[in-house]
Amino acid sequence: MDKLAVIAVDGLVFASWLFLVSAGLSLIYGVLRILNVAHGGLFAVGAYAGASLVVAYSAAGLWPLGALLALLAAAVASGLVLGLVVERGVLRWTYGREPVMQLLVTFSVFLILEDLTKLLWGVSPYYAYQPYQLLGQARVAGIDYPVYSFLLLVVAGGTGLGLWWFVRRTRFGRLVVAVIHDPEISVAMGVNLARVYVTTFTLGAVLAALGGAFTAPMISVVPGIGVEVIVLAFAVVVVGGLGSLEGAAVGALLIGLVRAAAVHLVPVLELFTIYLVMAAVLLVRPLGLFGRIEARRI
Amino acid sequence: MGRGARGWFWLAVAVVAAVAVAGRTWAGAPRPSEVKVGIVTFLSGAAAAPFGIPARNAAEVLIEELNAGRVPAPYSTRGVGGVPIRPVVIDEAGGAEKQVAEFRRLVLDERVDLVIGYISSADCLAVAPVAEELRALLVLFDCGTHQIFEERTYRYVFRTHGHQILDNVGAARYILRIKPEVATIAGINQNYAWGQDSWNTFRDSMRRLKPDVRVLAEQFPRLFAGEYSAELSALLAARPDVIHTSFWGGDLESFLIQGLPRRIYERSTLVLTTGDTVLPRLGQQIPPGVVIGARGPHGALAPNVPLNRWFREVYTSRFNVRPVYPAYHMSQAILGVKHAYEKALAANRGVWPTREQVAAALRGATFETPSGTIRMALGNGHQAVEGVAFGITSRYNSATKEMELTRVLSFPAECVNPPEGMKSEEWIARGFPGAKCP
Amino acid sequence: MKSVSRLGWAGLVGVLVLAGWLLPRWLVFLLALALAKGVAVLSVVVLMRAGLVSFGQGLFFAAAAYAAGFAMRWGVRETLLLVPWSVGVAVLVGALAGLLVARYRDIFFAMLTLALSMVLYGILIKAYGVTGGSDGIRIPTPTLLGVQFSGEGARLVVYYLAVAATVVAAWTMGRYDRSPAGYLAQAVRDNELRVAYLGAPVPRVVYLGFLLSSGLAGLGGVLTALNVGHVDPGLSYWTTSGELVFIAVLGGTGSVMGPLAGAVVYELIRSYAFKYAPYAWQMMLGAAMLLIILFLPGGLWSPVERLWRRQTT
Repeated sequence: MDKLAVIAVDGLVFASWLFLVSAGLSLIYGVLRILNVAHGGLFAVGAYAGASLVVAYSAAGLWPLGALLALLAAAVASGLVLGLVVERGVLRWTYGREPVMQLLVTFSVFLILEDLTKLLWGVSPYYAYQPYQLLGQARVAGIDYPVYSFLLLVVAGGTGLGLWWFVRRTRFGRLVVAVIHDPEISVAMGVNLARVYVTTFTLGAVLAALGGAFTAPMISVVPGIGVEVIVLAFAVVVVGGLGSLEGAAVGALLIGLVRAAAVHLVPVLELFTIYLVMAAVLLVRPLGLFGRIEARRI
Repeated sequence: MGRGARGWFWLAVAVVAAVAVAGRTWAGAPRPSEVKVGIVTFLSGAAAAPFGIPARNAAEVLIEELNAGRVPAPYSTRGVGGVPIRPVVIDEAGGAEKQVAEFRRLVLDERVDLVIGYISSADCLAVAPVAEELRALLVLFDCGTHQIFEERTYRYVFRTHGHQILDNVGAARYILRIKPEVATIAGINQNYAWGQDSWNTFRDSMRRLKPDVRVLAEQFPRLFAGEYSAELSALLAARPDVIHTSFWGGDLESFLIQGLPRRIYERSTLVLTTGDTVLPRLGQQIPPGVVIGARGPHGALAPNVPLNRWFREVYTSRFNVRPVYPAYHMSQAILGVKHAYEKALAANRGVWPTREQVAAALRGATFETPSGTIRMALGNGHQAVEGVAFGITSRYNSATKEMELTRVLSFPAECVNPPEGMKSEEWIARGFPGAKCP
Repeated sequence: MKSVSRLGWAGLVGVLVLAGWLLPRWLVFLLALALAKGVAVLSVVVLMRAGLVSFGQGLFFAAAAYAAGFAMRWGVRETLLLVPWSVGVAVLVGALAGLLVARYRDIFFAMLTLALSMVLYGILIKAYGVTGGSDGIRIPTPTLLGVQFSGEGARLVVYYLAVAATVVAAWTMGRYDRSPAGYLAQAVRDNELRVAYLGAPVPRVVYLGFLLSSGLAGLGGVLTALNVGHVDPGLSYWTTSGELVFIAVLGGTGSVMGPLAGAVVYELIRSYAFKYAPYAWQMMLGAAMLLIILFLPGGLWSPVERLWRRQTT
């Protein structure tokens, strides 16, 4: 029984982290129909920005919990800047090109961001463990968990609900939905497509950076963390159904729980879990759990 | 091409090949203006900060001091036999295929006299046969796999440090010395050859040395996973007496950062076989009571000999941080090469030695390093043996900004290395025949 | 037109043969590596003809390379046996994987192929006792017609093998492009539904393309293995497959020559950027790629092709 509880908690913790690092990818695909490989680079920049801001903040000796706000600020700032630069500077020139080309454009942006982080922050690791440790720990089924892990759960949940509210309940969100369903008709109806695209991409970039910033306190921030995240985020989004936020949440939950179960019950399989879940889901539901079938154009 | 033309073509190929091979064996004689050394180490990627950069720094400062003739005895002659050393530093990133191409370029295009390099075991295994093919001297300086010289013999390839066997046999012996009542063990190691080898060696050694030890968990998260929440839960739930890990770099640091608030240290004794590299970085993030290894008598566990005091001093004053074990591994390679060149030079009565003569001088050599005396005792004199030392973190020293080690125990080379001619797995399986331990 | 192109090909093969003689040996090695990669890039291009992008060509690339490794371990050293055997294994893997993925399109095809190659990667890492794990398997120097070459001779054998394989691969590709299956594949890319309504066997066309692609990727893989002398699971990692797609777009997917030229340029850029700018070489590659996609959509080879066409018409 204890084991089940621990698996559930571990699965939830990992799932919330997975959702946090894949929400932005899902949002951007949903609206722009671009699989954004640069997501990994934005994640890394968010992590570095978050780590260096927390280090500076902690050195200043101010209110300790403010470090959490520092993470948020770093994510929003770096996401805003990079999102705008990448969309306005590069991506907008590729709208209407084949999806593969767009994917490769974002891959190129990813390569550039990888080296940019190296040039800006060097190759030595950054540590920002202060927020991770200052919240203390909680005991579940006889095992200590850092409260920070549960904070991630809250942040991920908040992000999910916020996005849902934004898309379903605001005027701009409805425009976004219209664009998702049919860009051409939306334009004909007077929707400013460019504005929808730049806003969505920037929001997606902020989410990617947010994932990075809130990961930073748990890890040693080193070059190459972006690559690891891309495949994970892709898997979550593909399992859930590309472009579906609900799907990303369910996909994250599924992968998180399966992986936690594997770690506790059959550690040998840990390496394969993500790909096996992905392959299994795609075999049964080729468009992912929440994928929508689109009208075919003859 | 007709049938005849093809024959001519292959004849031409054969002639070219023969001339090239013959040309190389005539080399030698006049004293060169410099000894060009290719240095291959990670400058980018995950292994750069923990291993690659300290190794490069060590090469930089040591070569500079050697060329200036400022290194203490027995290395006080300038450069190599009076000839200055010129390093050519190459990034090890890019995988085995890339490194084979770069090695060929170093030897054939840059015309280096020898190459010192390789941290990744896959790179070592891929490049070693190429060195044999090109008849180029290659000194492996940091890779951990025990396979290289146990699988086949080489003429031009050397390794001037001990392989992973001594880390993990040493760790097992150390644990039993300080914690003889240990009953249960668990491991968390990266899911690739280094992690698998390290864990197998440790587990099998423990079982051999104390047959009633039970293994409670074997976790193998993927390399560079960074997030170990579930694995930590599994280890916490298993409650082993000892947790072994060969994690390194960012993975090790992330694991320690995540382990601290979960009080993993309170339930189990952690053994970090590469722990030396994180001591100066993480400071107080490493709690007391953690077993620290350095893959030999290096870094915080290096012997108190004049050469080590000097090395630590010049390195620290240049880079503002003390040298960690990859820096010591690099110093062993460079000093071994200098020793071999000068020995060959003396044997040759002052005539500049050929590669073959340098190789012959390094084969089976014994030389002094900051890590103590190194003997090229295995693999027909191509593989070094070293002792190994472990210690336990005790309290934070605010002057050095790292945890101090207590209960430091050293095991001599004969205790933690298999004898010549015996494979490591066999040596452990048969209960360490011939091991001489204090 | 045809005679000119034939002349061009003869010239190219001549240059490659001479290059083996004249270039410094490390460059010959690099060139052999680039040609092997170029053949694998052709395998990406074959699928692109049908509008499919695979991010899992590493599956076949690694399968063939390891097949060669295992055959060598079992005592087979003959190149003329190793190459067909390894390509055969890759095609077999392709035949099985194709049953699974040929139904998928777009990003789903890409992700599923990626997943399969990563499963192989996982197996190669895990099955440590058999595959050597991440340390990989050593590939000793093969024999040719029973003759054991060594040193420089062995390098040249592998290089000329790569040249020959490139010619065979390019010829096959050219034939495929002008075959009914090839034309149908392009029609599938343009409008799959319409092709299906016309009564053409879309699944069979895609499956056939997939088989050809796996064979070409396998050929590239075995050449790489013989050239490098070592195989490791990195061959199956998704970045290897991504690199192949990258080179395809770099060189241009419209022709057979483009991908080959792309592979050579890529290897050279990488080699020099590595030497002079270890911290910025990815950035340079990324920037080059962006410029090409934005300003030279047909790839590096497209201006040459345009020039060629202008002269022949």
